[in-house]
Amino acid sequence: MHPKIKPAMTEAQTLLCILGLALITLITRAFFFMSEQQWRLPALIERGLQFAPIAALSAVIFPEIFLWEDHFSGLLMNSKIYGGVAGAAFFILKRGQGHAVFGTIVVGMLTYLPLHLILGWN
Amino acid sequence: MFFLKTNYSHPYFGVGMKDISSAAPGVAAWGMMIGVSMIQSGMSVVDCVAMTLLVFAGSSQLAAIPLMAAGAPLWVIWATAFCVNLRFIVFSAHLRGYMMGWPRWHRLCAAYLTADLSYVQFVKRFEKPATDMQGKQNEQAYLAGSCFLNWSSWMIASLMGIILAHYIPVQWGLSFAGVLALVGVACSLANSSLKIVSCLIGGLVAITSFFLPLKLNILLAIASSVCVCLLIEPYLSPTDASQNKTRHD
Repeated sequence: MHPKIKPAMTEAQTLLCILGLALITLITRAFFFMSEQQWRLPALIERGLQFAPIAALSAVIFPEIFLWEDHFSGLLMNSKIYGGVAGAAFFILKRGQGHAVFGTIVVGMLTYLPLHLILGWN
Repeated sequence: MFFLKTNYSHPYFGVGMKDISSAAPGVAAWGMMIGVSMIQSGMSVVDCVAMTLLVFAGSSQLAAIPLMAAGAPLWVIWATAFCVNLRFIVFSAHLRGYMMGWPRWHRLCAAYLTADLSYVQFVKRFEKPATDMQGKQNEQAYLAGSCFLNWSSWMIASLMGIILAHYIPVQWGLSFAGVLALVGVACSLANSSLKIVSCLIGGLVAITSFFLPLKLNILLAIASSVCVCLLIEPYLSPTDASQNKTRHD
């Protein structure tokens, strides 16, 4: 168990904090359609947004794989690179058919875990 | 949303669940990791459960946990969570065209439950908003199914993480499964050369601007990718450009 230390916030403050965080989830996710007002995004932005989903994903993936804390984690002894590449290769070989994303996870983990746990790479 | 009979009895509810099911184990691994980190920060079990059930946003929880443990002022914690969530505002701009026909409380429920992967799968399945009634119902049922499976796998895994926190070997790096789920979904999106450009630019900008606080590197990465893709779109090979034209004009 954790040693009993004086909590940094009172119970009421913690709950208030959590309620505020929940409200922030709602406000940010519903930001542009909370009001009933009729307006359209400019056509250029509407067209540009089709590139947002993949950029959002790679913006999470790349730092997770290539950075350790905030340093470049190296290329050769980086088990996440091998895991990521193996997973992506599996997806491409399967041409995305069936449960290819699940296969990506399995193949990626099977590559990553031995390198990470046995060889002790990042 | 998923508790409405018109949605869960609709055939597209199952399609939405099926599309996200393949990535669900990754979502679960990531959710479990957040459950463990909440307990390890010293939060009480009640607070951990409340945070899991109410906040439902992994990265903002992860950012808030150390600040709460350190007793930071509430406004600092909230401002941090807001910035970490800025990408959802971009997503909401994208979803607006699909959702404006729905009653407001449906929109709000759907928005609250639509996390990253549900959004990505939804706009992949429906490239343009439907204009007819039938199509709009399909969209709503699909999003409900997708959110239902994503939400429930997240919740179950996160609660399990809270209960089993002291038995889960975090140092094994099981949360990498969450990254791999994103890798798989990103591969499924990369169906044109512009999308691949968007992927590479997003990744490179996110790495080079990693020093920015509050995960603002993610927002900068999305903005840069969108701008570069719009700029080079007219110069790409005619097949690619015409493909994009027929799809979006």
